Amino acid sequence: MDNIIELIDIHKSFGKQKVLDGLSLAVPRGQTTVIIGRSGGGKSVVLKHMIGLIKPDRGQVLVGGQDITQMDDRELNQVRKSFGMLFQDAALFDSMNVGDNVAFPLREHTRLSEKEIKRAVAEKLALVGLTGAEEKLPSQLSGGMRKRAGLARAIALEPEIILYDEPTTGLDPLLTDAINRLIKDTQERLKITAVVISHDLAGAYRIAHNIAMLYQGRIIASGSPDGLRQNQDPVVQQFIHGRAEGPIEVL
Amino acid sequence: MRWIAPIESLGRACLNGLAETGEILLLLVQAFLWLLRPPWRLRLIFKQMEFVGIKSINVVILTGAFTGAVFALQSYHGFSLFGAESLVGSTVALALTRELGPVLTCLMVTGRAGSAMAAELGTMRVTEQVDALYVMAVNPVQYLVLPRILASIIMLPVLTIVADYVGIVGGYIVGVHLLGINAGIFVAKIIEYMEISDISMGLIKAAFFGLILSLVGCYKGFYTHGGAEGVGRATTEAVVLASVLILAFDYVLTAIMF
Repeated sequence: MDNIIELIDIHKSFGKQKVLDGLSLAVPRGQTTVIIGRSGGGKSVVLKHMIGLIKPDRGQVLVGGQDITQMDDRELNQVRKSFGMLFQDAALFDSMNVGDNVAFPLREHTRLSEKEIKRAVAEKLALVGLTGAEEKLPSQLSGGMRKRAGLARAIALEPEIILYDEPTTGLDPLLTDAINRLIKDTQERLKITAVVISHDLAGAYRIAHNIAMLYQGRIIASGSPDGLRQNQDPVVQQFIHGRAEGPIEVL
Repeated sequence: MRWIAPIESLGRACLNGLAETGEILLLLVQAFLWLLRPPWRLRLIFKQMEFVGIKSINVVILTGAFTGAVFALQSYHGFSLFGAESLVGSTVALALTRELGPVLTCLMVTGRAGSAMAAELGTMRVTEQVDALYVMAVNPVQYLVLPRILASIIMLPVLTIVADYVGIVGGYIVGVHLLGINAGIFVAKIIEYMEISDISMGLIKAAFFGLILSLVGCYKGFYTHGGAEGVGRATTEAVVLASVLILAFDYVLTAIMF
């Protein structure tokens, strides 16, 4: 299978704390891969390696076959243009309104006229169900609306890959479902690769083609949602059934 | 090994200080390397010039006016002891242009704009807006830091001119209208004793202090960690460090230039 992103034997420590310990993971092109694992277990760190926000102490990060850990700023920026990323709290620029936020990557990296940008912004906002929200400031939006606006910005340049950092954390069940549906729709409509970080298993089963489980700095299981359910590893079983007792020390 | 603990912490403090100095200088180098590469973000520079310059004018006018006024008052009392009241004008003018104008202006702007830079960049850091810039292939040093530094280097000399002028007017009002010094003598002595270099050296200082306050503000903000508490800490540290550096470099620059 064709892998668009490959992490090979990644080691990363922050100070004395070892976060990733020989992690390897392949993300197939054009599919949705969900990374599950415990809170604070380094899932966001994995995601940030994929786009060069964090450099590994050791190991390779291949994007489209090229090792981004060896790139200089200019090459890395070229690669980054094929990514969109939705941050945990959306990371909208709060000095700009929603329209300018979505227009930001277009203004930076395309030569579109203001009229074309306006049309593109309206189109992206419509895709995430925020038609007409251009003039609102991020501070006036609810959590769910911020995430949707963040998604509109992430897909503005029509990237090949979208990274989602805990897109449903802190949302109510209805919004969680709406965001999951949006991730699935976006992936299917734009035929893109999606990497989602989550600890919401129900959502993961719905949107994922592949699920990978992160535990103690490594991927201990990966495969289709069905494959994961049938995985007999006691750690995986404990996590997917949400039990406090088992090999994972919870407290 | 209890006796070694104080030495250890002294060593650690020195190392931290050195590391921080290095990081600040690296940020400066990075920012100025971006000066050589497009895109040059004129709109952002102008926006920061408005924020640092135009919006500080009221504070600077008040500071300058009262400083000039109180300086006239104080020096009048001193000079009147030996009948040299005529020197009040030139004393006020020299003190303002060489020292008080640039230093007080820059300290006030540090409190107003340097702290705001640290708070804004710090908030952007902890809410991942800085990461979002990286992800969208926009360098945050070029987008956030460079415009603030350039705007401060340009605007602080301008604000200092305002402070110098208003301060001398304040001194004039107190000296001439309140204390009864002859207006002609007040102005004549200023012209007699003050040289253009007194003003220009003060402005060079101001430009340098502008660099310090923006660089420190941006540095503290840019490397903020630890949520809202971290932003608060960064803001305080930025003001304290920039103020101390301004006063210290004031001595150094004065020793070199005058």
